Amino acid sequence: MCLAVPGKVLEVSGDEELMKTGRVSFGGTVREVNLAYVPQVEIGDYVVVHVGFAISILNESEARRVFDDLESLEEPEIPEDAA
Amino acid sequence: MKYLDEYRDPAAAKKFAERIARTVTRPWTIMEVCGGQTHSIARFGLQELLPEPLTLLHGPGCPVCVTPLGLIDKALQLAARPEVIFCSFGDMLRVPGTRGDLMTVKAEGGDVRIVYSPLEALEVARQHSDRQVVFFAIGFETTAPANAMAIYRAKAEGVHNLSFLVSQVIVPPAMQGILSSPGNRVQGFLAAGHVCTVMGIREYEPIARRYRVPIVVTGFEPLDILQGISMCVAQLEEGRAEVENQYARSVLPGGNPAARNIMQQVFEVVTRDWRGIGDIPHSGLGLREAYRELDAERRFEFAPEAEEPESPCKSGLVLQGIIKPTECEAFGSACTPESPLGATMVSSEGACAAYYRYRRAPA
Ligand code: SF4
Repeated sequence: MCLAVPGKVLEVSGDEELMKTGRVSFGGTVREVNLAYVPQVEIGDYVVVHVGFAISILNESEARRVFDDLESLEEPEIPEDAA
Repeated sequence: MKYLDEYRDPAAAKKFAERIARTVTRPWTIMEVCGGQTHSIARFGLQELLPEPLTLLHGPGCPVCVTPLGLIDKALQLAARPEVIFCSFGDMLRVPGTRGDLMTVKAEGGDVRIVYSPLEALEVARQHSDRQVVFFAIGFETTAPANAMAIYRAKAEGVHNLSFLVSQVIVPPAMQGILSSPGNRVQGFLAAGHVCTVMGIREYEPIARRYRVPIVVTGFEPLDILQGISMCVAQLEEGRAEVENQYARSVLPGGNPAARNIMQQVFEVVTRDWRGIGDIPHSGLGLREAYRELDAERRFEFAPEAEEPESPCKSGLVLQGIIKPTECEAFGSACTPESPLGATMVSSEGACAAYYRYRRAPA
């Protein structure tokens, strides 16, 4: 039920904030999405969509943090006798 | 970034799992609140990646599962009325009521329509001004803004033939209920990333402090869940109990202000009955007085239902993390997704259905 999927905003229409809608691509499948809750959205943004509504705009630098964290795991361990 | 496949890389998942294994020194029990996370854990076999001393319990976060029987019965009565077009999210159709489900009513001639968004119900109402259209407005905080928008617009646009059967529940009171129950085993939570996308994370701070539990707001992809677990385990090992945000790419501390604003206008906090668990104070949302004319429970009269039949279903215990689905005797025998005895076997986010679907051959 709380399934929400990220998609890329292709088109934004409607001037009035509560009436904003747009076309969003989910890996190629394009759907009409209500954008009333992401009024600052721009074309090219990725939004999280749940039951036809965008509920957030994904933040790219935050999105990379998972991978930064992962890289920190890969740093070669300093051998004990090097200390 | 596509925000999807990158978070499913098995090699990366293994690295996180190895770190978790290196950090864990004692047995810990962590509950993921949201059924979407339960589904991912089962689908990607994440439990199997984790070290032995770590137990994952599955929480109550499946709105389909917790919608009370009484309300399902009301939905069945409404859907059977000849003047009604009953609109619902697809996953409610197989949820058993006292007698049958929405699917049965539909097969018997009821006009039951699956909608993808609550706004479609508004559209159906506009197109059929001679009929009564009812939308089954269920969900957690994630869905509340969408439902609220349909309700708000129905009123603003004077759509007189649309009403809402509301079963909106909210997460924090259910978490507190679990933590204050005498048999509680939960030591840390993965909070639901999409609920927090709407609501923000601040309301979890008093819970973390009061019950001394780490709460990590977590996303839904395998790497999200593993990183969330890793953060939660680190807190447990260090004796910290804080609210942390693993899912910051979607969750802002204050949530989504535009969504919260419409929710506030339409809904107020009420006590709600959770199926299998019972009444939880302040655990749901109901229509504010200004919107009561759109309340299907007021607009229609309902026949009283017979006593709840005896059922072997233990979904209430499953939803509170007290037992695992496989500990229910009916699991996989009397109860399967094809003939479910409980809602947790119906919804793809119900723990029973997730276990059944992704059952692994015993090692
Ligand atoms: S397996 Fe079926 S009967 Fe048992 S708790 Fe789950 S839904 Fe209920």
